[in-house]
Amino acid sequence: MQLEVDIESKTFENAAGGRQHVLAGINFCLGAGEVGVFVGPSGCGKSTMLKILAGLDHDFSGRVSRPAGARLGMVFQEPRLLPWRSVEENVRLVAPHADDAKLSALFTILELNAHRSHFPGELSLGLARRVALARAFAIDPDFLILDEPLASLDEALAARLREQIATLVGSRPVTTLLVTHNLDDAVRLGDRLFFLSARPARILADVPIRTPRNARGDAEIAAIKIDIARRINGDRIERDAS
Amino acid sequence: MLRLLSFTVFLATWWIAALIAGPAKLPPPPIVLAAMMTEARSGALFLNLGVTLARVALAFTLAMSLGSAIGYLMGRVRLANRLGDPWLILLLNLPALVVIVLAYIWAGLTEVAAIAAIAINKLPTAVVTLREGTRALDAALDEMATVFAIPRWRAFRHVVLPQLAPYIAAAARSGLSLVWKIVLVAELLGRPNGVGFEIGVAFQLFDIPLLLAYSLSFAAVVLVIETALVQPFEARLSRWRPRAA
Repeated sequence: MQLEVDIESKTFENAAGGRQHVLAGINFCLGAGEVGVFVGPSGCGKSTMLKILAGLDHDFSGRVSRPAGARLGMVFQEPRLLPWRSVEENVRLVAPHADDAKLSALFTILELNAHRSHFPGELSLGLARRVALARAFAIDPDFLILDEPLASLDEALAARLREQIATLVGSRPVTTLLVTHNLDDAVRLGDRLFFLSARPARILADVPIRTPRNARGDAEIAAIKIDIARRINGDRIERDAS
Repeated sequence: MLRLLSFTVFLATWWIAALIAGPAKLPPPPIVLAAMMTEARSGALFLNLGVTLARVALAFTLAMSLGSAIGYLMGRVRLANRLGDPWLILLLNLPALVVIVLAYIWAGLTEVAAIAAIAINKLPTAVVTLREGTRALDAALDEMATVFAIPRWRAFRHVVLPQLAPYIAAAARSGLSLVWKIVLVAELLGRPNGVGFEIGVAFQLFDIPLLLAYSLSFAAVVLVIETALVQPFEARLSRWRPRAA
């Protein structure tokens, strides 16, 4: 499934009555099964953009087209689990028809088997993120949105979760949109990188990565990063991302 | 154990007070117990308690379901809130006696009038509590339900209702205590049976043992319902909380 996005502008009315211009020109097209990664400074309007793409906000000028009936899975920045339902119930709530074998496989990949009957309040942030990820994948999404899935996790935990995301995204073709401010994550996970400007956000550069995801060793990743830094004149992005 | 102790303290205080005040004003426990047994043996006690309980159950259910629905609507829809708010303020501040008397005048001394009057007294507090609860709903979870296209009823049951549960419990708790009080007034004013009616009779005859017998039996029933129904219900609702408040 293909995602075509052309957001001309999005403005907010703030409390003082003034207008705030948040998005200025977000125009891209993501092919079926492609992983697009958005990198941009914090507060540039990434979350606003994701809300529009997820169909939660219709008040913008422009156009977003995704095929009707496409299943959307989303991992929000904060996990947004139901605290009064166990981990398994949280996943089953959105995917009532998912069979046990599939859920088991999913829980195994995300190492959640020991936590199935726990309540979200008993989980660490890293675990809760994994549950949110399990929930998004349980519905067999055609289109997946990940809003900073690795933010505020320590390096080791983030690396493991990144591996798990790569495994899941690789296991079936799903058009994925990932937002991050970490260039390293972007280069390791993305097929195409989009660099956003500061607010009002527009796409500064659209950089495809040709090397397949699982063939990217540390050397390739370093090379890709240098290439990106050269393309996007100067080292500004690298400084922001580190 | 602690409950038993506090019950013993209550009995002892009563007995001592009865000795000081004299049996004409405050009869000691055995006399009241005897009155209670006479009423129980004739069946009148259970009949009157049963009738009162039935009225409480009907009025409470009516007020809770209607009040919750209106409260939810007023919390969700701005227009409904604008329209309903003046009525709500009026009902909240209308004395129970006025509602009961008017109900009896307009609908006659009937069962319907009594139950409607009790329900109307309880309704606004349920509306206010549920409106507050609806306003406090987590928009982030609503968004989650929208993104994952959870069907409306399923989302209401699993996402919205658990958030409202503490508010429903609070409305039930405060509403029940309100209904317990008002039902007796309604019975006293216009019903030929029930605990309220019997207390009215006992008052006119100055039969203090009978008055206390009915009051205490009624209080016992209230206590049993609170501990056996309301409290376990609340505990069940909050079992997911790491530490229950």
